Amino acid sequence: MGESQESVSRSQEVEAALALWEIVHAAFPDAVSALDENPFMPFFEVQQTERWREIALFLRDDPKLRCNYMACLSGVDYPEEGKLGIVCNLESVGVHAHKIAVKVYCDREDGVIPSVARVWKTADWHEREAFDMYGMTFSGHPDLRRILCPEDWTGYPLRKDYVVQESYHGIKVPN
Amino acid sequence: MQELGKAEHTSIRVTPQGENRVIVEKDLSSEEMILNMGPQHPSTHGVLRLECKTDGEVVIEAEPYLGYLHRCFEKHAEMVDYPGIVPFVDRMDYLASMNNDFAYCIAVEKLLDIEIPRRVEFMRVIVSEINRIASHLVAIGTYAIDLGAFTPFLFCFRDREHMLNLLEWTSGARMLYNYILIGGVAYDFPKDFARRTLEFVKYFRPKALELQKLLTENEIFVKRTKGVGMMPADVAINYGWSGPMLRGSGVEWDLRRVDGYSVYPELDFKVCVPDGKFSDIGDSLSRHVVRALEIEESLNIIEQCLDKMPEEEGFDPRSAIPKRIRPKAGEVYGRAENPRGELGFYIISDGKSTKPLRCKARSSCFVNLSAMKELSLGQLIPDLVAIIGSIDIVLGEVDR
Amino acid sequence: MSTGAFLPNSFPIVMSTSLNAWSDALSEYFLFGLPVGLVILAALPLVFIALYALTYGVYGERKISAFMQDRLGPMEVGKWGILQTLADILKLLQKEDIVNKSADKFLFVIGPGVLFVGSFLAFAVLPFGPAFIGADLNVGLFYAIGIVALEVVGILAAGWGSNNKWALYGAIRSVAQIVSYEIPAAIAILCGVMMAGTLSMQQFNILQQGEYGFLHFFLFQNPIAWLPFLIYFIASLAETNRAPFDIPEAESELVAGYFTEYSGMKFAVIFLAEYASMFMVSAIISIVFLGGWNSPFPNIGPLLLNDWTTGPVWGAFWIIMKGFFFIFIQMWLRWTLPRLRVDQLMHVCWKVLTPFAFVAFVLTAIWEIYVK
Repeated sequence: MGESQESVSRSQEVEAALALWEIVHAAFPDAVSALDENPFMPFFEVQQTERWREIALFLRDDPKLRCNYMACLSGVDYPEEGKLGIVCNLESVGVHAHKIAVKVYCDREDGVIPSVARVWKTADWHEREAFDMYGMTFSGHPDLRRILCPEDWTGYPLRKDYVVQESYHGIKVPN
Repeated sequence: MQELGKAEHTSIRVTPQGENRVIVEKDLSSEEMILNMGPQHPSTHGVLRLECKTDGEVVIEAEPYLGYLHRCFEKHAEMVDYPGIVPFVDRMDYLASMNNDFAYCIAVEKLLDIEIPRRVEFMRVIVSEINRIASHLVAIGTYAIDLGAFTPFLFCFRDREHMLNLLEWTSGARMLYNYILIGGVAYDFPKDFARRTLEFVKYFRPKALELQKLLTENEIFVKRTKGVGMMPADVAINYGWSGPMLRGSGVEWDLRRVDGYSVYPELDFKVCVPDGKFSDIGDSLSRHVVRALEIEESLNIIEQCLDKMPEEEGFDPRSAIPKRIRPKAGEVYGRAENPRGELGFYIISDGKSTKPLRCKARSSCFVNLSAMKELSLGQLIPDLVAIIGSIDIVLGEVDR
Repeated sequence: MSTGAFLPNSFPIVMSTSLNAWSDALSEYFLFGLPVGLVILAALPLVFIALYALTYGVYGERKISAFMQDRLGPMEVGKWGILQTLADILKLLQKEDIVNKSADKFLFVIGPGVLFVGSFLAFAVLPFGPAFIGADLNVGLFYAIGIVALEVVGILAAGWGSNNKWALYGAIRSVAQIVSYEIPAAIAILCGVMMAGTLSMQQFNILQQGEYGFLHFFLFQNPIAWLPFLIYFIASLAETNRAPFDIPEAESELVAGYFTEYSGMKFAVIFLAEYASMFMVSAIISIVFLGGWNSPFPNIGPLLLNDWTTGPVWGAFWIIMKGFFFIFIQMWLRWTLPRLRVDQLMHVCWKVLTPFAFVAFVLTAIWEIYVK
């Protein structure tokens, strides 16, 4: 495939994301940031974290958006800003041809993000994983427990300042 | 805007229909029993553990517990440079290492914005389609074993051996290839690769048909899987299902077609969905049928690729590999169609280091398995086994 | 010591054509006032089953399944792996006999024993050829069907005594299955009994004797005999827990069913009992419908095939071969078919096999009374 073709499809992707963002922005003018038009993964940020679930429902159910498919939800640590965040890759399966990423932030200590596990069921385990690895709480999650690490593990392994616990049930944890 | 409660899907309880209906007699005084299925159990495909609350043979609730095979892929990925992650990626879905490498390399190449030689693209598609067939054969074979049929399993493994030999010949390894690298592949195809691959395709077509006659059209097999583990399309999408699982629910969604990555737009292949005549759309049988049909499509793709692949004397498949892989700052979500569904990598680069700041793997099995709790409601224990088998999990990918 | 010491009038007895000549001679044989002959008589079926389980049951099944699946099977121990079973036995003998802490020790220990005894008691009435039978009871067939059902007790004891949920599931499934399938099996056998008018195992064979060989077999004596024959064959698969009815030990669902917790020799004993009852049901079906120890070859003009292949030794050969043939079919099915589900199994038993067994029963009765 030639380079020109790829760049065309990329700009199409961004254009579709832009159109999508405009609708969301019109509905939530204060809660949504401007679209970051990077060619790999156009995204916008949710500036009022507590309204994230409302926006998620809008994204899923608005007939012009219909982002019914959450491809991925990743937790991210931003130590410089003192924040944790999640990045959601949303897409419309079978209705429209657009996709967009959404970023939601919370505080690093005792951060709370509204859970979207009841909007996209797939978010259930993704949020549990993000909680397991980063330690942010998802309010309204039906069953927020650790998923990959053992229940009694201490610390959140993917935080940048994570220090491995010395021993686990009397077993020395190798570094 | 809909309210939260109403927006939820109401079809939570997927009750089996027709002959498979399960009637729980509530008048009988009975106690519930907690049954621990796994992590050491023959049909949990590794180390999945299901905590089942059972009433006799009926599973009232099954809660999956993961993490027995957690190998901290994401933590490792933050400590290794970009090319060094490829062997880790290999070990996620160990039945489809080529496809894993492919997905990871697509993500990093998007970030690097480099151009891949056309021959390399074809080589990648060929090896990953061979691996897709191998992976589907394991899926079908182990599914047969879950339902008590041994011979199809061994037939599958017999044929898979030929594919592993081809891939070993190409890459030097049988399962964990480390073959597709960022910007290229490790080695050019050996001499005569095309001839031997075509020989294999010719050999395998009748074998695939034989497998279908032995297993897919078997009356008992159909009885065991038809109408079991129903998943309507909208719920499947909501659960983020992908790959053969989503197609089994009748949604024509194949990333090879949707994203059109690599050279797939040039190839002529069908997105396989069940027609609803042989199986009920969305049941375990549909998912099995989709896998069986995809094997056929993959054979077609391999033939087309071998036909279209440009031949170059003294071709260096590593020519496009950058000397130093240090992407500029940015983030990317790259994905590819794996045998088990969408494998995506979310990678953040800070632009300064040769290691990613964050590398999240969105594994298809992990997401597909998350519907297990809902699928298992009110099923019999044998049906539970049939459902787990139809999800086709690889715990290496679930736990990462 | 010469053979004469064991068998008093050795040669005439060996070739004797009179019924039960060998076993009668053996039972009358005393050594120093001890009934050694009876002991030998009782031990012979045991030895036979042990040998058959070793060779055909384990090694044969592994080889047969291997050839069906395009592989070689055991190849390492001995030429073509023929010593593999011996190596396995050696391994099982050396294994620690584990009784888990929370098991009901009494039930756990007697479970395999009852299972073993139950399946071997039936061999008392099994004729190995015209000259040999443990006890020629006049209710032999009834006894055989009844005593095999004793296995259920052993299975339940093993499953309950293990104190393991999988074993319990296996045991309960197994008991439900065996008890249910007794009904179509017994009714199908009754069709044969009606044709014969006797319950004695030897009489069954004698009634199917004749110069036309297989044409005298009950399967070909009655236009509807194939129906009880098929019903009994299917039901016998379920009674011996063979695929596609191996639900009690479904290893992909219940790990290993009622013998999940067993190891070492107890495990081997359970296996031996399973192979013994496999042979038992195969022998019963060949006696009732396929002429037992009679030669299937007819006399064709001057070719006296039937006469040439009849005799005490030939009789033993035929019944064992017929048994092995049905065991081969059982193996063939096992390596071909997937497993049914519990409710489908019960559906097959109560809604398909049992009504058809009744139909076969009535039709056989009509045929026997009005047509024949």
